[in-house]
Amino acid sequence: MDLELTRRTVFDKVGTRPVRPDGTDKVTGRALYGADLTRPDMLVGRVLRSPHAHARILSIDVSKAEALEGVKAVVTRDDFPDLSAEQTVKGEDEENLRDVSRNVMARDKALYEGHAIAAVAATSAPVARRALALIDVAFEVLPHVIDVDEAMKPGAPVLHEDMFTAGLDPAPTEPSNVAEYLKIGMGDVDAGFAEADIVVERDFRTEAAHQGYIEPHACVASVSSDGLAELWCCTQGHYSVRSMCAAILGMDLSSLRVTSSEIGGGFGGKTTVFLEPVALALSRKSGRPVKMTMSRSEVFRGSGPTSSTSMSVRMGATRDGRITACEASFRYQGGAFAGSPVSYGAVCGMAPYECPNVVLHCYDVVVNRPKAAAYRAPGAPMAAFAIESVLDEIAGRLDLDPIELRLRNAVREGGSSVYGPTFGPIGFVECLEAARSHPGQAAKLAAHQARGVAAGFWPNYGGQTSVSVNVNPDGTVLVSLGTPDIGGSRASMCLMAAEELGIAYGRVKAVIADTSALAHNDTTGGSRVTHSAGLATIEASRRVIETMKERAARLWDVDVEAVVWEDGAVRPSGANAGGHEPLGFDELAALAPSTGGPIAGHAEINAEGAGASFAVHVADLEVDPETGRVTILRYLAVQDAGKAIHPDYVEGQYQGGAVQGIGWALNEEYIYGEDGVLQNPGFLDYRIPVASDLPMIDTVIVEVPNPGHPYGVRGVGETPIVPPLAAVANAVSRAVGRRMTDIPMSPPRILEAIDGAS
Amino acid sequence: MSLIHVTAEVNGDRTEFLCDAEETLLDALRDRLGLTGAKEGCASGDCGACSVVLDGRLVCACLVLAAEAEGRAVETIEGMADGDGLHPLQRKFLELGALQCGVCTPGFLVAAKALLEENPEPSESEVRYWLAGNLCRCTGYDKIIRAVMETAADMRGA
Repeated sequence: MDLELTRRTVFDKVGTRPVRPDGTDKVTGRALYGADLTRPDMLVGRVLRSPHAHARILSIDVSKAEALEGVKAVVTRDDFPDLSAEQTVKGEDEENLRDVSRNVMARDKALYEGHAIAAVAATSAPVARRALALIDVAFEVLPHVIDVDEAMKPGAPVLHEDMFTAGLDPAPTEPSNVAEYLKIGMGDVDAGFAEADIVVERDFRTEAAHQGYIEPHACVASVSSDGLAELWCCTQGHYSVRSMCAAILGMDLSSLRVTSSEIGGGFGGKTTVFLEPVALALSRKSGRPVKMTMSRSEVFRGSGPTSSTSMSVRMGATRDGRITACEASFRYQGGAFAGSPVSYGAVCGMAPYECPNVVLHCYDVVVNRPKAAAYRAPGAPMAAFAIESVLDEIAGRLDLDPIELRLRNAVREGGSSVYGPTFGPIGFVECLEAARSHPGQAAKLAAHQARGVAAGFWPNYGGQTSVSVNVNPDGTVLVSLGTPDIGGSRASMCLMAAEELGIAYGRVKAVIADTSALAHNDTTGGSRVTHSAGLATIEASRRVIETMKERAARLWDVDVEAVVWEDGAVRPSGANAGGHEPLGFDELAALAPSTGGPIAGHAEINAEGAGASFAVHVADLEVDPETGRVTILRYLAVQDAGKAIHPDYVEGQYQGGAVQGIGWALNEEYIYGEDGVLQNPGFLDYRIPVASDLPMIDTVIVEVPNPGHPYGVRGVGETPIVPPLAAVANAVSRAVGRRMTDIPMSPPRILEAIDGAS
Repeated sequence: MSLIHVTAEVNGDRTEFLCDAEETLLDALRDRLGLTGAKEGCASGDCGACSVVLDGRLVCACLVLAAEAEGRAVETIEGMADGDGLHPLQRKFLELGALQCGVCTPGFLVAAKALLEENPEPSESEVRYWLAGNLCRCTGYDKIIRAVMETAADMRGA
């Protein structure tokens, strides 16, 4: 029997909105996050960071710092092995460990302002701060480059002497800042443009945004003299933290036990390591537990923002609104190391549309900025901003409703796009139609007000997952998960286990186990948890039922085929199986000692069948022509969830993603000085949306079941940030009468557009 | 430099602790008293994750020196529930799913309680502006604002 995929369409508990199992601890302040753990004899670790955007590190003298009373350890590049470029850690994305290691602690060069140069562990934070000031670093300051287009020009300062653009024929003989060129496409764009009645061509730029999680990175490391180590940290993936730290420090995996704390937001930014290997190195050297936390300034300067981009799109369409061709260039900087999400983003931008002729030119570029980390649907919001803006312009030129234009080109079941695979059941058309029939469409717009529409796509991910469902003697159930719960997933797992086991939701609890308790789990990312950990929870629960049937069969002395599981109890399958009274879940749990011992179900899977999620967002806003300030009047997020397990947390994903996108569209940006130093590393000057900036965010949950999940689940976490940049830009463009091509649309940029339009 | 001895009332209990002159109230609560419900999100008064009430006034604990708590009353998230009975705001946040990661939640609850004590019938705008000093990156604020509005209505009706 295929335990994993037997479908269920009628639900008793799934789709309800119970209180989450971790909720009370979170409203009482009891929940422990990264910085909340204390260990006896614990030291405080602090990092010395480069004041220069680009500099050769000639020497590091730590002798004065080491001599300071209260300093117990100092580490520099000399305390970390120099890894080869071939070492990688596989996940949704493959991380090059050499780059991760060099990002964690600079080797020959500091590649951005904020790059870690050294770290100290001391008996108190003030002592650690004083020690940092005593570390003497000799820098040779080098010319730097911050802008992606500047970095691509001949003669730009080169970050890596060994970076020769991959994907060019012939291969270049000179190093450059372009790590890779990738051309993706289908059909014949020349023929497609020849077919077009109108062609729109535009250049776009977006600035870098930070994930902006409210909890700064934090960890506590403790290494014993026998080499066994424990690490507590806020992360989206404690197994990948273990893999990366072990590789960076030359440890084996069984010697390092990683516990994920409660996590105070991640959005992709906590899928890699920053402080963790450093804290382990400091603990190993000092022989004492070491706690490290980043300040907010360090979070901005030293942890991953997303790429800034420069993009050019040329699109052709027939008079009746059929897209015939798209040729586009995407230039994304990934910070100081290769690996910007350019190609994935580009493909996702065009994925919703069945355009037969597409060429996407993708450039992965390095600049003197922090190494980019994943940020919710990495790369897609920017590409979608460019593509969806051009579509909006085409709709305007053809005098077509923007939703109608998208309906005429939308991918449907059985269709395909530049993304590649032929789509199974998908909900894009349903989302467009739900947006069109939403009451918000009837709202009247006054002067300086306008409505913007945009779509978004994210393919979602499955991946390696290991789950245990343990039945307690009293009939309650504990689900052990290895995927950190970043937005309520424990509640969803409890709902799915309760549904399968036929017991009350309140009888199931879920915990995030440490790396010693379960086999490997991929990181919480790629919108994979409700799908993959859900699949594994369902499969493990079904194994529990199978075991309970075996136990009842043994008790009744009949074949297991002669018993069935019905209405939360094992029953004889028919008259021939004997006249036994049904045995319920609690009874079988209590009988476990006499029927074969403890009952548990496990699932160790490599989840496939992740279902793509499409979204359509509609922004109504007003532009103040005097100040250039934008006020969001109404906002609608429509998205296909396949099946919403806990609708509150599905809506929460839609609302949160939309608001992050609104912030990126209107306010958020990394601002650099001429010296390559970040000018706004704090929440005052890097302004994320606050409550008074926003209206309520309306949501519609579309449910087109994903055949790859027994309940039809699609991941929903990432898609919500894909449409908002474009939805807001399309509305502002209509309000000011001029196409907005630069994100963020801050008041000065909008005033400039208004002046240009009049 | 020697440490400063501070006597304060914390969540109704007379409490003594030692602190550095440069130490914030947030550091003292977290590191000296083990009250880690108030979080450090920025240390500059921009995020509100460390919201506490000092002598009846809502403040960011990161902007108050620990030594300033001498002789004063401090209320933190740990003191919000009455034993095992949650405050109506805490219950409503759970009921409406008004939290995702939860790290900003203690600050929002402390700030919202202070609002409802001052203004039991706030408009949506008043709630949004009062809570504008509390950053949340997960929820888009929608469910938080609804939870505060609904709690206010429930408490007026009670």
